[in-house]
Amino acid sequence: MSLRAKGAITGIGETAYLRGTERSALSLQMEAALAAIADAGISPRDIDGIIPYALGAVAEDFITNFAIPDLRFSAVTPMGGASAVAAIQAASAAIAAGICQHVLVTLGRTGYSGGRIGLRVAQMPQFRTITEFEMPLGAIGPAQLYAPMARRHMEMFGTTSRDFGEIAVATRAHAARNPRATMKKPITLEDHAASRMIADPLRLFDCSLESDGGTAFVVSAADRARDMPHPAVIVRGIAEGHPDSPSAITQRPDMTRLGIAKAAPRAFAMADMTPADIQVAEIYDCFTYIVLCQIEDLGFCAKGEGGGFVRDGAIGPGGRLPVNTHGGLLSQAHMAGMNHVVELVRQLRGDAGDAQVAGAMRGLVTGYGDMGDGSVAIMERAG
Amino acid sequence: MNETALPPIPAPSVETKPYWDGLAAHRLMIQACAECGKLRHYPRPVCDACFSLAVRWQELSGQGTVHSWTVTHHAFHPGFRDALPYTLVTVDLAEGVRLNAQWRGADPALRLGLAVRIGFEAGAGGFTLPVVLPD
Repeated sequence: MSLRAKGAITGIGETAYLRGTERSALSLQMEAALAAIADAGISPRDIDGIIPYALGAVAEDFITNFAIPDLRFSAVTPMGGASAVAAIQAASAAIAAGICQHVLVTLGRTGYSGGRIGLRVAQMPQFRTITEFEMPLGAIGPAQLYAPMARRHMEMFGTTSRDFGEIAVATRAHAARNPRATMKKPITLEDHAASRMIADPLRLFDCSLESDGGTAFVVSAADRARDMPHPAVIVRGIAEGHPDSPSAITQRPDMTRLGIAKAAPRAFAMADMTPADIQVAEIYDCFTYIVLCQIEDLGFCAKGEGGGFVRDGAIGPGGRLPVNTHGGLLSQAHMAGMNHVVELVRQLRGDAGDAQVAGAMRGLVTGYGDMGDGSVAIMERAG
Repeated sequence: MNETALPPIPAPSVETKPYWDGLAAHRLMIQACAECGKLRHYPRPVCDACFSLAVRWQELSGQGTVHSWTVTHHAFHPGFRDALPYTLVTVDLAEGVRLNAQWRGADPALRLGLAVRIGFEAGAGGFTLPVVLPD
């Protein structure tokens, strides 16, 4: 049995994205969840499956807050920023198996007002190796842990900081068209080059935001989606992939290859599509380099050619492959890629406003997390 | 130096203690499979080649080459604020595994394949840490 076209995204919900809040992550998560459920045109009590983000609320919180009478499926997909899209695979599998019909996937966080990232990761079990062996050396934050991958790519393939800048500039140009984005002021390649160095080769404008907010979506049985309020956005291909040496980038045989390199061929085969079929891509962007590496690993270009692929506005508004049309984690908000799923659904519904890619019927969304886990969903608007 | 300004300190487990004991003696002791001999780092219970649980520890030469690096300019932890900027080098050790450590060369003209060697330096909490020196 394939998971092709078994699930559909039927509801999306977001809070305002802020840098500073006095609300709890749980309250933000509930607000986003209720918005997504309302968008799907169902009652909170119709939710029969829940996949919350691995840190924060648990399924029991939703049963309690919504008085859900019969929750039949709960899971977590603890893959950091790859969790949201990996949750679509778990939800699709549960739906295909007949366990449940409407799976709520949610995240709420106070990433700006609460604990910041360098201190958060030290508490996560998948980081325990790094915590013992690399943090005492001074390798604390994700920017530092990922920078050697970017440096290796630059030295191997001639990729430049300016190539990373192209991604930052294009992402900001998209954000300028999205009223929900946190950072809307356009930037230039010169602004990127002048931004302060964080962990060489990664500059400030190569790094994503820290944000407060909540995001949620509902995955429903595809055969139910046709009767729901919005045009059905069908999950045609879905996969997760884990890199070699998943917990320590230092020991990874090929530092320039992420887990999504294993997932992408499976997802495209399931969808019976190729990268040429993709009209819009929401690609997890905790750092600019991670976008570039995924573009290669997804097969949009060969390994080492990502720098050339993103040059001259190719992934910006009106480019040959618009990427992160909402502004991504770099310029909209860091919602661990939940906002990437929401944006792809908006694009395929034709509801993306000034950021709309004209005629977008097929697109993909990726997740990237922890030390290189990957996930990818290929979606299509039902014709 | 107050407590919050100390760098993070390792918390060795029964499986990782020989590595840290080795550093304290200025020896680079790396875990190997006692059945098939495959080296592995970081320490863990099972050999991924033959699935043996049997472990031995092997002293490596400390010779290696540069695999990649990063220069940190932002204080991700208050314990490293005074050390900025500092360079972390990923080293391909001659025997096969990799090691991450701070660079102690005077001139940071790093490049892939540059020959380096591992040294030892007193760190926080009484631990000895590896460092990377020009060969």
